[in-house]
Amino acid sequence: MAAVPMKTLSVTRPRKSRTLTAVMALYLVYTLIPLVWLVINASKTQPALFSTSGLSFGGPFALFDNIGQTFSYNDGIFFRWLGNTLLYVVVGAGGATILATAAGYGLAKYRFPGRRAVFAIVLGAVAVPTTALAVPTFLMFSKLGLTNTPLSVIIPSLISPFGLYLIWVYAADAIPDELMEAARIDGAGELRIFLTVTLRQLVPGIVTVALFTMVQTWNNYFLPLIMLSEPKWYPLTVGLNQWSAQANGAGAQPIFNLVLTGSLLTIIPLVIAFLFMQRFWQSGLSAGSVKQ
Amino acid sequence: MTSTAAPPVPAPPRATVARRPRRKWRGWLFVAPFMLVFALTFIAPVVYAFVLSLFRDQAFFGGTVFVGADNYAQVLGDPKFWESFERVLVFLAVQVPIMLLLALVAALAIDSARLHAAGFFRIVIFLPYAVPAVVATLMWGFIYGDHFGLAADLNHLLGTDAVKPLSQSWLLTSIGNVVTWEFVGYNMLIFYSALKVIPTELFEAAAIDGAGTFRVIRSVKLPAIRGAIVIATIFSIIGSFQLFNEPNIMRNLVPNIIGTFYTPNMYAYNLSFAGQQYNYSATVAIVMGVITAIIAYVVQLRGSRKEM
Repeated sequence: MAAVPMKTLSVTRPRKSRTLTAVMALYLVYTLIPLVWLVINASKTQPALFSTSGLSFGGPFALFDNIGQTFSYNDGIFFRWLGNTLLYVVVGAGGATILATAAGYGLAKYRFPGRRAVFAIVLGAVAVPTTALAVPTFLMFSKLGLTNTPLSVIIPSLISPFGLYLIWVYAADAIPDELMEAARIDGAGELRIFLTVTLRQLVPGIVTVALFTMVQTWNNYFLPLIMLSEPKWYPLTVGLNQWSAQANGAGAQPIFNLVLTGSLLTIIPLVIAFLFMQRFWQSGLSAGSVKQ
Repeated sequence: MTSTAAPPVPAPPRATVARRPRRKWRGWLFVAPFMLVFALTFIAPVVYAFVLSLFRDQAFFGGTVFVGADNYAQVLGDPKFWESFERVLVFLAVQVPIMLLLALVAALAIDSARLHAAGFFRIVIFLPYAVPAVVATLMWGFIYGDHFGLAADLNHLLGTDAVKPLSQSWLLTSIGNVVTWEFVGYNMLIFYSALKVIPTELFEAAAIDGAGTFRVIRSVKLPAIRGAIVIATIFSIIGSFQLFNEPNIMRNLVPNIIGTFYTPNMYAYNLSFAGQQYNYSATVAIVMGVITAIIAYVVQLRGSRKEM
């Protein structure tokens, strides 16, 4: 962040250490090995997977062939899963971001009856294991006829207590009361003040929340696993695991090369999103921890 | 670990006062939509689970009958439940400290300004967080495997067959490794964000006192980020108790070792979806939820008491 104070003392700006860098590099290798392994092995044919060493290329270079097969296998079901995932992310994570932004802003900038109760309930909810809720939510949704529909995955994704909290902290700092008072004197309504004056102050916080809810929805496995019974509604995560499970049992049809390529294709969009939006989410997170 | 992805949740920030009392309800305009969906997806299932836990299916007559606390008594006397509970407790006692320590060391190193290419380290170490648990587990599962995994390569290289990550005695460690790989970066970021906002005056004072690097870490940095450490610990505890994705996905590889009650969550899941015992499943979920909440609460109390 721009406002980082100049830490020019020797304690805070010492010489670079090669030893420390080398030690950390070891950890870096640990972090990267599975990813490198994935990239290498996604470029192998299924027979080559078994006949060549894991950390070296071997056999024909089949990455593009694997990608083609991944998308065409089983009438292009992977493409369908990708579309489902995008739907769940756009509506679920998008909706979660909107709800959390409005509510966090409301809690930070207004005082109203029940405000303390809202705070207590939402924070209490963070401690409730999401999986403890999943089974009852499934039973409830099945009574409502919602299971095995996109809504059964989207509705629970709409709530992000962390998102609400982060926007709350962020709004309390980023929006001066005077700004809102000035707009009120000009005769603007509360909703109009939010949309035209204060919303833009919240952008780094909103990007952070959007990114984290996006990751959660994109990576969600347990909820869709429970809610969905037909592969046509699966997101990528549940679909990939189904492909992987295909290697077991009596009528086993292993498609390891497609599982690997599908895995690679699943993580690329998120990795890109995080890399390119680094500046936004890192400043948003720092703001969130100022209050500690 | 499932989706308890959520950085710091310390004290509530103070609100600004809206002065005109007759307009005091207008804040609800912004909060109401969230709370409506929240009621449907959080409060209603909790209430519903509680109601379910008070009833039991009548096997022969159909319908359900009110049994009061009988299901709870059954869970507390259920050896399968306690076996799965002990397993996540062991997991928690070993994996969480290792993960948080690695995260803390990484955060301190990146924050120390002694690291070459610190920004690169930060983003790469965080990267696994963006990898879905499914993909992480599949990847590590393959690496662990005999077919074309690195474990097989390693054994071949060493001329042994000692490295067996998927054997009975190694499995929990292997799962711990997957979870550690996934979440070190996330916790590192929580610590790093907290380290970055320590006021410079504290360093100046320490430098004047002649404190060295490790002294500064011990006396200035660690106390200053205690809040973040408590939060990360709580989230890791919740995550461990909820352990589901990794063992459930790895079950494809080792169906004989990972049974239906490997973790409490898998037990609740399999009771519902393989056994149709919804009432009992809801009871297991509630018992785990209560235990988790109590432990999280105790950690928070202890954490904040030391702060004073």
